[in-house]
Amino acid sequence: MELFESWALSLIVFLPLAGALVALAIPKEREEAVKLWALLVSGITLLLAVIVATRFDFGAAGSFQFEVNLPWIGAIGANYHIGLDGISLPLLVLSALVVVLCVVYSWKHWDEPRNPRAFLILMLILATGMNGTFVALDLVLFFIFFELVLLPMYFMIGIWGDRTMRKIPGFRKEVETRLYAAIKFFIFTLFGSAFMLLGFLALYFKSGSGGQPSTFDIPELIARGHLFQGTFAWLVFGAMFLGFAVKVPMWPFHTWLPDAHTAAPTVGSVLLAAILLKLGSYAFIRISIPILPETAREWAPAIAVLAVIGIIYGSLACLAQTDVKRLIAFSSVGHMGFVMLGIATLTEVGINAAIIGMVAHGLITGLLFFLAGSMHHRYHTREMSRLGGNLKLMPILGGILGFTAMASLGLPGLAGFWGEFMALLGSYQPLPGLSTSFFRTAMVIGAIGTVLTAGYMLWMLQKVNLGEPSSEWRGQTFRDVDRYEMTAWAPLIVLIVAVGVYPKLVLGVTTDAVVGLVETAFRAVGG
Amino acid sequence: MPRIDWLAIAPELVVAITLLVVLAVDLFLPRERKYYVAALAVVGTTLAMVPVILMAVSGDSSSMFDGSYVVDPFALVLKGVFLVAAYLVLLISVSYVESDRFYQGEYYLLLLSSLLGSMVLTSARDLVVLFVALELTTGPLFLLAGWRKGDLRSNEASLKFFIIGVLSTGLMLYGMSLLFGLTGELSFAGIREAIASGGMASEPVLGLAVLLILVGFGFKVSAAPFHFWAPDTYEGSPPPVTAYLSVSSKLAGFVAMLVVIYLALPAATEFWGPALWLMAAVSMTVANLSALRQTHLIRLLAYSSVAQAGFMLVPFAGAAIAEDGLADGLGATVIYLVIYAVMNLGAFAVVIAGGRRSGSYQIADWRGLGSYAPRLGVMLAVFFLSLAGLPPLAGWFAKFVMFRAVLISTGQAGTWLAVIAAVNAVVAFYYYVRVVKSAWFDKAPDAVPEDTETGPTGPLSLAMALSLVVVLVVGAFPGIAAFFGDAAATLVP
Repeated sequence: MELFESWALSLIVFLPLAGALVALAIPKEREEAVKLWALLVSGITLLLAVIVATRFDFGAAGSFQFEVNLPWIGAIGANYHIGLDGISLPLLVLSALVVVLCVVYSWKHWDEPRNPRAFLILMLILATGMNGTFVALDLVLFFIFFELVLLPMYFMIGIWGDRTMRKIPGFRKEVETRLYAAIKFFIFTLFGSAFMLLGFLALYFKSGSGGQPSTFDIPELIARGHLFQGTFAWLVFGAMFLGFAVKVPMWPFHTWLPDAHTAAPTVGSVLLAAILLKLGSYAFIRISIPILPETAREWAPAIAVLAVIGIIYGSLACLAQTDVKRLIAFSSVGHMGFVMLGIATLTEVGINAAIIGMVAHGLITGLLFFLAGSMHHRYHTREMSRLGGNLKLMPILGGILGFTAMASLGLPGLAGFWGEFMALLGSYQPLPGLSTSFFRTAMVIGAIGTVLTAGYMLWMLQKVNLGEPSSEWRGQTFRDVDRYEMTAWAPLIVLIVAVGVYPKLVLGVTTDAVVGLVETAFRAVGG
Repeated sequence: MPRIDWLAIAPELVVAITLLVVLAVDLFLPRERKYYVAALAVVGTTLAMVPVILMAVSGDSSSMFDGSYVVDPFALVLKGVFLVAAYLVLLISVSYVESDRFYQGEYYLLLLSSLLGSMVLTSARDLVVLFVALELTTGPLFLLAGWRKGDLRSNEASLKFFIIGVLSTGLMLYGMSLLFGLTGELSFAGIREAIASGGMASEPVLGLAVLLILVGFGFKVSAAPFHFWAPDTYEGSPPPVTAYLSVSSKLAGFVAMLVVIYLALPAATEFWGPALWLMAAVSMTVANLSALRQTHLIRLLAYSSVAQAGFMLVPFAGAAIAEDGLADGLGATVIYLVIYAVMNLGAFAVVIAGGRRSGSYQIADWRGLGSYAPRLGVMLAVFFLSLAGLPPLAGWFAKFVMFRAVLISTGQAGTWLAVIAAVNAVVAFYYYVRVVKSAWFDKAPDAVPEDTETGPTGPLSLAMALSLVVVLVVGAFPGIAAFFGDAAATLVP
């Protein structure tokens, strides 16, 4: 159906935004109506994403499908160019799915000061930004969507976030966690994106030096990759690196992450962890590497070093945490380190590892944040020293927590395993031209990281799940997982197992696209 | 009798007639019906749009009085911007002027005079017309700044503005007289040719003339280091006048700068290039750092407008460096001006409305505004974040073309200015967002200020709604703003 081909992606991107506008018209008091509407809109978006996935031509996963290319801002040569290939498809579906689950979860879980309408409107705007980033094939369009996610997340953290007062170095008085976290998130990301934009513009102007008109079109820029050489390419890569690395976040740009994840309301943390972090690593695969392959090779060792530091640092930081949610937040630094290590190898195995790692991290850490939120909801604390015996108090919730923690530490058979394993495998044999011994060292350190990951996850389980409940909770009855929670979590659990047992679910989609990407980028040198 | 193209000067004529009608009608109106004057002024500015649009559609250019007065796409675009800005300011003014013991008729009279000056300015193609028009634009504002007669701050505002205004005029005139003495020409085209044919492009006297003129303009557009009058004048003036000052008066300075630099002095890049590079960098940095410490909203917007002037100067510096960069630089500045005009007036409208709602212009007193006045809160977020340049609000495109105009050059100077601008854009976010944070994240005071609004609020709301629509639509379809920029860029020979 021709019509569907050309409209599907635009609908997936803009339906949530349109839904948000309509939701403005629903009176604030009619909370049920707003929730149903949000569920309907996000549900249709997911349905469309699934239909797109089924109609996707897997035989041609390396080329862009459902492509639309319309003039948008003629004066600067920016087009409304969107499309989907094997790399973006899993992430788009993940994004659409997580939004629906968040709507379901929040049905009965509202952080102060409630106001479901405003919260759901922000969530729908966020969905537009996330879906749009994954399909944008024009740098300006990409920039707009990439930035569009900032504002809703800023408000989510700032309004519904953690209200406890904290002493923060550099501040005379105690400040509310949410305020500090929201502004930090905002300023860090913006700092990165300002330089990213400079990089985009530099690419644009340089792309015109071959006699053709300048362009922001990503496939076109990839084709003109030979124009970007030497110092120029090095600086442009650096500028874009700043933008993407803050978003991932890579060490040492990660410091906004623990604050933002911890302070955000549960759903905000889930969206941040599951989708927003992926925007950065996706941008590396979609933009930096294919457009500037030679420079990527020069930068790869540096990226690998930062990735490995991230893995070790994230794991060690986890061991020092007392707050469950903050621990999960730091674990993201480590997991995204594996993703970036995979990308840094510049090989098919490594980039495939990165994508499956992103999907797995989205599923697992998303679920972990849901669990942390639900535990906080019941215990009203996240201090691990006060928790304990969770498994006895709430067998189902404790069981899911145990399962997810196992998935997170990379237990074979569950989704988390493949990303870590393949990233290490990729580092064993990086792209020819990169120092093998260097990457093998990175592999060894990364492997130590997996041990540390297992260490802190088990330590967390022991503290929270096992043992006897402390006197504080003894005798109290806690409501175990309710049906809204179960509905929101079940798909994640199923997918964690499914991807773990049958990784081809993701790899089958991505491999052709990744092979194509690596071949186009590094063919000249026999990669 | 010189040939006069009546359609081409129709916009100015309509404004001039409105001005006279306002003056006459005001005499016969009883005190309680003075707001009729406002309605007349609004109708007049709306009518003046008609010939502007007619000419824009027909696409003809018209040159009168030996080329001293030209109506071309550049002039039309900026006439349109000035009219829209004046229209919005009139809407913002109505309830404010009504609410206090002001001389209403005279208020609108002076505002319209200033508008007339800026409209003539857009067509000025020689130094004399330019000078007269520029003074007609700022002259009435000296009076308007001191409109709250009993208020010492308003007196201070007016006096400071006046003294600095006269000083800048003096410097500018001196520069212009040097330019005339050097080239023997008054028209911009004549000056350009004289410089080219006489090989005077690196004459030291020309440098002196250029610098003096730029200092004069620097005061008018309130670019650092000539900005120090702005915060006091902005804070002391009646807020609607401040809105006008920060938009139309600044725009007038920029229009004068654009025509003088791009039409008369394109060859003297070695003088104005570095000077404007420096002015842009200093404006952005000084103003942004100062704005971080402000607690008063209007002072904050004052520093913000200085910083925005810095961003608007960036394309000039880019144009000086890049080969054939003149048209891009001009287009970028015009796009910035168009977008800035609407979003800044929107921001002022919100600040005025919020000031009346919360009873204060202190940022801290606006805490929780979003909870008891959500519509205002949303508007506040939209306009302030648009000023900050956050996509998908219109401000992003202004910043985008600004970066584009300076990066078009491959030299180091352009790259460094772009980096300075990028860092500044992030710093600026912090103080814009701080206001949003106060309104949305902080807890509302226990005693929420009562809604004590008595006067008419319709016009103010209309002004906000119009600006909101423009900010959102232009943000999503920036081609609209780019169209104006491209049209204006045809000015470059």
